[in-house]
Amino acid sequence: MIECVSENSALVTLGRQISPRLTARIAALCDWLEQQSFQWLIDLVPSYTTVLVVYDPMQLDFRGVKQCLNNGLSLLQQTTVQGRPGTVHEIPVYYAPETGPDLGELATQKGLSESRVIELHSQREYQVYAIGFMPGFGFLGTVDPQIQAPRKATPRALVPAGSVAIANEQTAIYPKASPGGWQLIGRSPAVMFDRQNLSRFRIGDRVRFVPVSRADYLGLGGRL
Amino acid sequence: MNLLRVITPGPLTTVQDSGRKGYQKHGLAQGGAADRHAFLWANKLFDNGPDQACLELAFGGFEAEALCELTIAVTGAAQEILVNGTRHPGWRTVQLKTGDRLKIPGFRYGRISYLAISGGVLSESFLGSRSIVVREQIEGLGAVAAGDVIKGAQATAAPTRTVPEQFRRYYQSPVLCRVIPGYQYKDFSSADLNGLFRQKYRVSQRSDRMGFQLAGAPLTSPPPGITSEGIAMGAIQVPGDGNPIVLLNDRQTIGGYPKVGVVCSQDCNRLIQALPGNEVRFTLTNVETAQAEWQVFERFFQMSRWCASGDRLSWA
Repeated sequence: MIECVSENSALVTLGRQISPRLTARIAALCDWLEQQSFQWLIDLVPSYTTVLVVYDPMQLDFRGVKQCLNNGLSLLQQTTVQGRPGTVHEIPVYYAPETGPDLGELATQKGLSESRVIELHSQREYQVYAIGFMPGFGFLGTVDPQIQAPRKATPRALVPAGSVAIANEQTAIYPKASPGGWQLIGRSPAVMFDRQNLSRFRIGDRVRFVPVSRADYLGLGGRL
Repeated sequence: MNLLRVITPGPLTTVQDSGRKGYQKHGLAQGGAADRHAFLWANKLFDNGPDQACLELAFGGFEAEALCELTIAVTGAAQEILVNGTRHPGWRTVQLKTGDRLKIPGFRYGRISYLAISGGVLSESFLGSRSIVVREQIEGLGAVAAGDVIKGAQATAAPTRTVPEQFRRYYQSPVLCRVIPGYQYKDFSSADLNGLFRQKYRVSQRSDRMGFQLAGAPLTSPPPGITSEGIAMGAIQVPGDGNPIVLLNDRQTIGGYPKVGVVCSQDCNRLIQALPGNEVRFTLTNVETAQAEWQVFERFFQMSRWCASGDRLSWA
């Protein structure tokens, strides 16, 4: 489904149900659009179930854009989308109350030990569903239901860079210090965005969290 | 070449051009000049193109020293500027000599001004744009600070030009935002749509380059949140508290609040100039009208040429 959003953007909805397969189709549509080097294409904002296509209305109007997008969609329909293999990222995390101030409360609320929360968070492989909120911020899913917890009623004024956090079925790493309402359970020394490589994650990538000791966290450049 | 040394940057001075294109998938905001009308006029005074950068000054209170002979122009909210204490009107070119003190006082009406130079500000370009998005905290790409040196091309004698009166804006009237309804429009109750389009809103203190939160009678039953999706320029989000937020150049790339529609770009240019307490109303338009207006606006700046007198243009 393709809808007109504004003078220079259209929203393509590729499905309703969030799934790794849908993400692969979204990534494939974005790849196809970028490969065409359309002069009218200004920007793409992929998310869980949609792609916002930003275009230049000096070159094409909504009907023209819709036609190009429909061409792309039917091409993708004819081929089985394997999706990009997607890089697997291993992200070191120092899970502790001193880096994850919500770890203790989350464990108590869920009737689990802290080490069990850490185990449940780090034993899964997550999928990168979307990038947004700030440069390099990847929305990863899905979190084990046993440790899902809502955003905090009052967001923190300052979440430190590298914080690893949970909000309902999503988890993420804050690339930079920022206000934020997610539940903080640890911190990673990994650089999530830099000027040369931009965002470490792309949609469709997979992520594993690897628990590390305090000493290793500091050794990898982590800060307390 | 070094042109100006900043003595006082004012509350927020950034370098802005037409924005960063093609990197929203990395979470980078589009950024760019928030009032494209005043921005393009500042550049037009020098025959600069739309990709050339200006200083964007919020609220005024800017002071700098000229490091060489150069021509500047200030458009937007600043109706006058001071050179060594002598008043000069805005919206026209002004000559500076080495050592001159340029002062742009606080604005009485409006929020934003552009300071343009011939050939554009030559600051660092990152991913095809010099635009600064302060909240992204990208190394080396922060707001302009005291002591910074503004660089540009070799200063050449620029012709004396004035923006014709009919094109100037004074930012004193209430802002009327024309809305292109979105696909979630029908999810809003008719009572809430009436509320949105009939009432006078006030710009709240929470208004900046990222977005404008508007204060009024809250909508009582906005639809629930949606799966996060890309947010268009001008999108009107209505979170659970019922107070609309119009998202602008430095907005986050994706979000999950329901959206009633999008304020057309021409009216975003007017909205960004509104100050806390100023009146804002919404009315409906459609995408065809808004696209036609966009095309005429952009093409005017591309096609028009200055007459030799420097105070008129013709659409060549």
